[in-house]
Amino acid sequence: MTINKDKSRFDMTLGETLRSQGISRRSFLKFCAATASMMAMSPAMIPKIAHALESARRPSVIWLSFQECTGCTESLTRAHTATIESLIFDYISLDYHHTLMAASGHGAEDARKAAMEENFGKYLLVVDGSIPMGNPGYSTIAGISNYDMLMETAKGAAAIIAVGTCATYGGIPHANPNPTGAVSVGELIKDKPIINVPGCPPIPVVITGVLTHFLTFGTIPELDHIGRPKVFYGQSIHDRCYRRPFYDKGLFAETFDDEGARKGWCLYKLGCKGPTTYNACATTKWNNGTSFPIESGHPCLGCSEPDFWDGGGFYKALSMPTENITKTAIYTAAGAVAAGVALGAMNKSKKNSATKAHNKTTIDDLEK
Amino acid sequence: MSEIEFLSWVRGPGFQIAVIIFIAGVLIRFGEILLLGRKKNLAEAKGSEMSSGLRTIITRSIPDKTTFQRSTFTLVAGYIFHIGIFVTLFLFAPHILMFKEVIGFGWPSIPTPIIDATAVVTIIALLAVLAHRMSNTVLKFLSTKEDYLVWLVTILPLITGYIAFHRIGTTAPTLLAIHILSVELLLVIFPFTKLMHSFTVALSRWYNGAISGYRGVES
Amino acid sequence: MSSSTVVPFNIQNGDEMTQNVKPLLHEIKHALDSLIETGKSTIIDLRSIPLAPGEEDKILNTLGQGEVKAQLNALGLSEVNETQYAGVWTVTHYNDEDQIISRFIEVTTMPEILCSQTEDIMAAYSRLAITLDDIVEDNLETN
Repeated sequence: MTINKDKSRFDMTLGETLRSQGISRRSFLKFCAATASMMAMSPAMIPKIAHALESARRPSVIWLSFQECTGCTESLTRAHTATIESLIFDYISLDYHHTLMAASGHGAEDARKAAMEENFGKYLLVVDGSIPMGNPGYSTIAGISNYDMLMETAKGAAAIIAVGTCATYGGIPHANPNPTGAVSVGELIKDKPIINVPGCPPIPVVITGVLTHFLTFGTIPELDHIGRPKVFYGQSIHDRCYRRPFYDKGLFAETFDDEGARKGWCLYKLGCKGPTTYNACATTKWNNGTSFPIESGHPCLGCSEPDFWDGGGFYKALSMPTENITKTAIYTAAGAVAAGVALGAMNKSKKNSATKAHNKTTIDDLEK
Repeated sequence: MSEIEFLSWVRGPGFQIAVIIFIAGVLIRFGEILLLGRKKNLAEAKGSEMSSGLRTIITRSIPDKTTFQRSTFTLVAGYIFHIGIFVTLFLFAPHILMFKEVIGFGWPSIPTPIIDATAVVTIIALLAVLAHRMSNTVLKFLSTKEDYLVWLVTILPLITGYIAFHRIGTTAPTLLAIHILSVELLLVIFPFTKLMHSFTVALSRWYNGAISGYRGVES
Repeated sequence: MSSSTVVPFNIQNGDEMTQNVKPLLHEIKHALDSLIETGKSTIIDLRSIPLAPGEEDKILNTLGQGEVKAQLNALGLSEVNETQYAGVWTVTHYNDEDQIISRFIEVTTMPEILCSQTEDIMAAYSRLAITLDDIVEDNLETN
């Protein structure tokens, strides 16, 4: 990733840049083919992708980090080996990212301003972290509140990519009782295309996939009802899980060290949120394709869904109630028995008084 | 409200409210029935009330030949959906987990495809009894709004559960939330309708048997 | 679970679970026909078609191995094989970790990726020119 702006490099197309790095045209074609396949595009699109990327200009990217833990940045920058996707990531002109950039203080803020002016209406804005609305002082950068910085920078953005569950749905800062009044990017900005890439952290290839799509077509990919690219968030973890057949057979790990756990059975009973979580972990996997949480023996936490932190406990199975129902049931029963007794007593006295009030018909009455 | 918030609500406060109404309703109704009392029978007992009562609870589960011939459809379809509901409700692993969480112990589950097939058969049986109720002139005449309401809240958890399991239509969290909500609707309506027969069936059968036993006749 | 424990898990191979094998083979036949008639190439992305475990192997086994077997080293390995049916190629791209990232069936006289690319040829020309210059300079110096 190039932090400092290099004018000569800035003017090169993606194709020229790759060749200057000794990447052959064959490698580039392979990358395009893999991208088309990954993004579920027709192979007929491969020449178009190649052509578009070949002549694509380096996009200016401004990255804003608000209430976050930097885990998203770590996820995206800590690929162990140079992957084919990193080609794209290396290519963008990252003009502002306060964790990664060399500049600091006024220099850093000037870089942001300069990038905004030069590329007004064309730059991509990447946001990680939620925005505190309770008090602007909860989180500031260079004395500017997160809210002000987001609104100012969003104005000239061509599109916004919200990275991580904090930026997309509020995430951990937004968890009950939400002390800072944290909100997501989508709750504040309504007039720009926003691509939500949730996850705690999100899968790196999703970011590069979205960037590739943007560079190739100049548009954003198809999104689901909560703003996530369908190609990556179209199917639930459960539907793509290699342990799914065990769920269907009713074979479950009951604890983390029992026979079932050792045999790799379904983790539903240990609180797996796979059935309600939409993400690409089960197919794309983590750490350069090594595994994903369920493959490592831990249930899915559901980190790419809104409010995953407030879902009633990571180790509580989805079918379990989240409140203490046993206690509720006992208290209710005690109350109900008392009420039942009282009602019964009332009915009994009603019955008794009815019996007393009952006048027997005598022969005299009949003769009247 | 987002779909995950919806799911959290039905798993949390929603379920709590439903359970409170269910337990309170059932116990109060039981209290009323039991405390109503019976007039002392002055006739001399000609047999045991208890043994006859207990025997009747069991024997009434097996229809006699004439009854079976007269209402074969009602009995067969009735048995199918009652057993079906028992299997889907009590032998599906996620359901057992829910019971375990509430009452402290669980029991073995059976493979999901069997539950899946049972659910389909149960839904068909319930649809059949509704069709029978609506096409049979006498039954139709005797049916009240409550009968249809009870039918609806019984079939809803089965249908929503089937849809949630197969993820048809919308996303999984919404489907699961709708399924749980339909169960909560059943729980809320349960104590105030004829669904109470799930609990009172033993009581009323015992009473029928006990009367006969006291008189020294076969029940 | 210790890190060395590999959980073995075999998905049972059903008989044509998705019913997609035969239609796909027919599609290849049609593609071959249009290659003969019009010279038009066809690319089929095997990952875009829902296939049950074992079905991809079934397709590849049916097509078999032909005369050409080529390997590329371009950002990881790629294998380009002509099947026993001339004109039908399989192209498999691997990443640096030797995992398959995409697999295509190409019905063409020669998959594009095997051809030397114009841009690479141009770059090669410049490189060779520089190398030759160096040799000439070296020769001058030694003389």
